[in-house]
Amino acid sequence: MTESATTTTTHLMTINMGPQHPSTHGVLRLLLELDGEMITKAVPHVGFLHRGVEKLAEYRTYHQCIPLTDRLDYVAPFSNNLAYALTVEKLLGIEIPERAQHIRVLLCELTRITSHLLWLATHALDIGAMTVFFYCFREREAIYDIFELVSGARMHLSYIRVGGVARDIPGGFLEKIRTFVSEFPSRINEYETLLTDNPIWKKRTVGVGIISAEDAIDFGLSGPSLRGSGVNWDIRKSEPYSGYDKYNFAVPLGKNGDVYDRYRVRIEEMHQSNRIVHQALNILPKGDCIASIPNVTLPSKEDVETKMESMISHFKLITDGIHPPKGEVYTSIEAPKGELGFYLVSDGSSRPYRLKIRPPSFVNLEALPKMVEGRLLSDVVATIGSLDIVLGEIDR
Amino acid sequence: MDNEAIATCVKTRFPEEIGDARIFRNELTLMVKKEYVADVARFLKENKELEFDFLSDLCGVDRIATDDVFEVVYHFYSIQKNHRVRIKALVPAIEPSIPTVTDVWKTANWHERETYDMFGIMFVGHPDLRKILTPDDFEGHPLRKDYPLDGRQPAKLRDIYRKGEA
Repeated sequence: MTESATTTTTHLMTINMGPQHPSTHGVLRLLLELDGEMITKAVPHVGFLHRGVEKLAEYRTYHQCIPLTDRLDYVAPFSNNLAYALTVEKLLGIEIPERAQHIRVLLCELTRITSHLLWLATHALDIGAMTVFFYCFREREAIYDIFELVSGARMHLSYIRVGGVARDIPGGFLEKIRTFVSEFPSRINEYETLLTDNPIWKKRTVGVGIISAEDAIDFGLSGPSLRGSGVNWDIRKSEPYSGYDKYNFAVPLGKNGDVYDRYRVRIEEMHQSNRIVHQALNILPKGDCIASIPNVTLPSKEDVETKMESMISHFKLITDGIHPPKGEVYTSIEAPKGELGFYLVSDGSSRPYRLKIRPPSFVNLEALPKMVEGRLLSDVVATIGSLDIVLGEIDR
Repeated sequence: MDNEAIATCVKTRFPEEIGDARIFRNELTLMVKKEYVADVARFLKENKELEFDFLSDLCGVDRIATDDVFEVVYHFYSIQKNHRVRIKALVPAIEPSIPTVTDVWKTANWHERETYDMFGIMFVGHPDLRKILTPDDFEGHPLRKDYPLDGRQPAKLRDIYRKGEA
């Protein structure tokens, strides 16, 4: 035996994880530098799904941008629609009818539930708990049926309009939601029996992917990923929009900032969202589902057919679009993944001069190297899952 | 703190460096001379009354057509105090560069890389200023207003992307 065969070498190995890896939740590529099983360096590479949404928006009227926002975080399209519409509404300085606001909150919280369900399903699947996936997708399907009923689409709703929502809710819609919310808490408990006290689940998640509160703020984490570290910041509470201040709900917090705490936070958030939906159902007022503002919202179909002015206004809005005043606004909402912000610059024309999207996943992913360096390779999969990223909004 | 109080507080500390303060739709915008962006940022973060601990967003805006400059726009938020401010600096289009704020907030790293990728603005002192969203062989900075919507990539790259002929 030669000498070289018996001496152990200790050089580092670089491996490529993704962009076609099932556990990277899309087209994320990670360059991992390994010392044995331990990660010494992790470098995320993003941009494989870059479609130039911000550039496209500059060539579209304000209403035409709504379908673009659907395709950012495509598991929570309604939140994106809402954040964008709120930004334009702030720029225009308009008020939204009560009923429209409640419908928005209702659907927004259902969206949060679908988003968290998809997170839980894939996160558990990544770590090896397959059953949860089927349970979560069963409930997700029920919510998608509800979405289909109200907007005609299952994923890309584009149901929000500047000034309200596209049309009033159809008959049977509220009953369907009522059935769902009355059953859902027991379903969450069902998932929890599979995971929360499961020793294998805990071994894979407790103490893994830790980030302290200071680091989390420094890295700009937001949403459940930040609250897992114990920072009490939820935009629904701190800067209430769409009438969130009228609802009673708690903001669940973690303590250790590990994968398990982020899991607990999201599970509890589903309970809270369910509570909000329940309240919205009970206090849903009667009234208009879209504001009636000349040169911003479309006139009613009946008016278009009978009144000359309405027909002209309809035609002008469709062909030319709305003209907000010159100025700039930044609005952010508590999307399922964190602070989703839109920065809109208007030059007074019918198209945005600049639309900057602040996607929560983009910023949250930035902290991944901090969480996994010095840990084992298998922890990377658990940590990515716990950050709940969607590449559609990272790459835009 | 309300917008006026924030503006007064920052202007007292930086009388020369801060330009005019504007309030539109209840949002405060402060203009900063670009050389002092990092100093102002650090002050905003460390001042006990302001405590802007969170960098929400950082981006560029193309103003070449009207003023021959880029705007670099920072959105700060204070989790402790629950207030926001927008800071804006103008960088000349001829030589677009501005000090980095990565040593004040780690999160600025990717934001600045994105702004560099999209506008070609250099962030002086950035530890790792690489493109982030566009491919390595992509030419140009797509969010500049003079960049056409349908792209202007070399024929080879265009073939790969448009026709699927590798």
